[in-house]
Amino acid sequence: MNKLNTSSSELDLDRPNIEDYLPSGSIQEPHGELRLRDLLDISPTLTEAAGAIVDDSFTRCFKSNPPEPWNWNIYLFPLWCLGVVVRYMILFPLRVMVLTLGWIVFLSCYFPVHFLLTGQEKLRKRLERGLVELICSFFVASWTGVVKYHGPRPSMRPKQVFVANHTSMIDFIVLEQMTAFAVIMQKHPGWVGLLQSTILESLGCIWFNRSEAKDREIVARKLREHVHGADNNPLLIFPEGTCVNNHYTVMFKKGAFELGCTVCPIAVKYNKIFVDAFWNSRKQSFTTHLLQLMTSWAVVCDVWYLEPQNLKPGETAIEFAERVRDIISVRAGLKKVPWDGYLKYSRPSPKHREQKQQSFAESVLRRLEEK
Amino acid sequence: MGNSSSMLTQYDIEEVQEHCNNTFSQQEIVSLYQRFCQLDRNGGGFISADEFMTVPEFAVNPLSQRLLRMLDGLNFKEFVFFLSAFSSRASLQLKVDFIFKVYDSDGNGKVSFNDVLDILRDLTGQFIAEHQREHVLTQVLEEAGYTKDSLLVPADFMKILGSSDLKMEVEVPVD
Repeated sequence: MNKLNTSSSELDLDRPNIEDYLPSGSIQEPHGELRLRDLLDISPTLTEAAGAIVDDSFTRCFKSNPPEPWNWNIYLFPLWCLGVVVRYMILFPLRVMVLTLGWIVFLSCYFPVHFLLTGQEKLRKRLERGLVELICSFFVASWTGVVKYHGPRPSMRPKQVFVANHTSMIDFIVLEQMTAFAVIMQKHPGWVGLLQSTILESLGCIWFNRSEAKDREIVARKLREHVHGADNNPLLIFPEGTCVNNHYTVMFKKGAFELGCTVCPIAVKYNKIFVDAFWNSRKQSFTTHLLQLMTSWAVVCDVWYLEPQNLKPGETAIEFAERVRDIISVRAGLKKVPWDGYLKYSRPSPKHREQKQQSFAESVLRRLEEK
Repeated sequence: MGNSSSMLTQYDIEEVQEHCNNTFSQQEIVSLYQRFCQLDRNGGGFISADEFMTVPEFAVNPLSQRLLRMLDGLNFKEFVFFLSAFSSRASLQLKVDFIFKVYDSDGNGKVSFNDVLDILRDLTGQFIAEHQREHVLTQVLEEAGYTKDSLLVPADFMKILGSSDLKMEVEVPVD
């Protein structure tokens, strides 16, 4: 996806001030009479541009750092080779078998339940939930997933929504193993899309399409309907809107925070020693990503279910989103950056540039008055 | 992508270092190479305008279009040379000359009233009226002893801007 188009998403002016996050440049407020020097001296702006070229906080969020090769000498290399043999020849086939078994069990139970128990909604829903949790456990087992859950397990209550930071689609599987959430996801092509339209649909999952502008209102409506429905599965939302490399968090979209219900934050942190769970969707397909996980030693992660939060009086949805992002970032040890994850797919709104232009223009005019 | 420093030989590093007149250390050049490869996603050997614009911090900069014209099609050696003005080891002359080059868009060695006006327009956008911009510029020019028709050369820039408190430095992260 190389074509970038101007962002149609809202990069509102009432977002937290980006200047607070960016390295404080040499932009001091100049004083005194306006001189030729002040108009010719573009060094602050140039420095900012050069700084962005050399290193920027946005690209850092999506960088998958390759691990330092440790197999570089004559003793460690054979050990590493042995490890590769074990991983690919022993573990991988075992895992494939476990996963296949899981699918067989799941499908042979799911279809009867889904089609035969059409009369007894409550029972059917309960069984379907249990089955989805089961297949997710099989998935997690197929990567030798070691997941430590902290905190009280999510409960099935109405008017609550769960938000979590996003590293890969496996976040969903790791969380789903414990609770059969309904999730809101980007509609994917291929076998994932097939799964989405069949099984996940029955859980009450909601789809969106990033590239469609009108989509936003439709999705917002669906979210609201779901949350206020009494018998629906608890809703899980990844407010970042895109996968981030588990060292940073990008800005949370406010959609999840203006539904008028309690927000329960969940923090997920993967241990990189075993495998880098970041799904760099620009570099690999989900299938490749899964295969990579299945040929690693283990997927180790921590999941923290954090204290439910409510909108404080006088707080805007965006402030609420930032507050929850802060809670999650602190818990999982992630750094916050002020960028919208969708900037992966589109360019920043001209509003940011205009803000800079405005502040410079105002300073020039002000100093003109000072004569 | 796995572009580690093994893609860049010691010989390459020294060549680049010489080209930028030792304004960057060898470690910095290696870091810059990693960054160059990170931005050059299609591996074409140069960073295209689109690839630069994927950096939001750069895209929101008012002078980004001007800089893109200067950055267009640069290979790694020239890329480092471009950035050398921002090194802590760069002389004041180098920095002032860089600023001059940004203004002198047609590269004829002279900066006219309109050249300065163009940059001022980039920096202030719609927030100052055109006639007001011209007025302000004319006023400060005359105060400094120039006229609207003066053509500034690098020596003039040095005279106007060349004081020790010109801060134009960027730190290259070295792991």
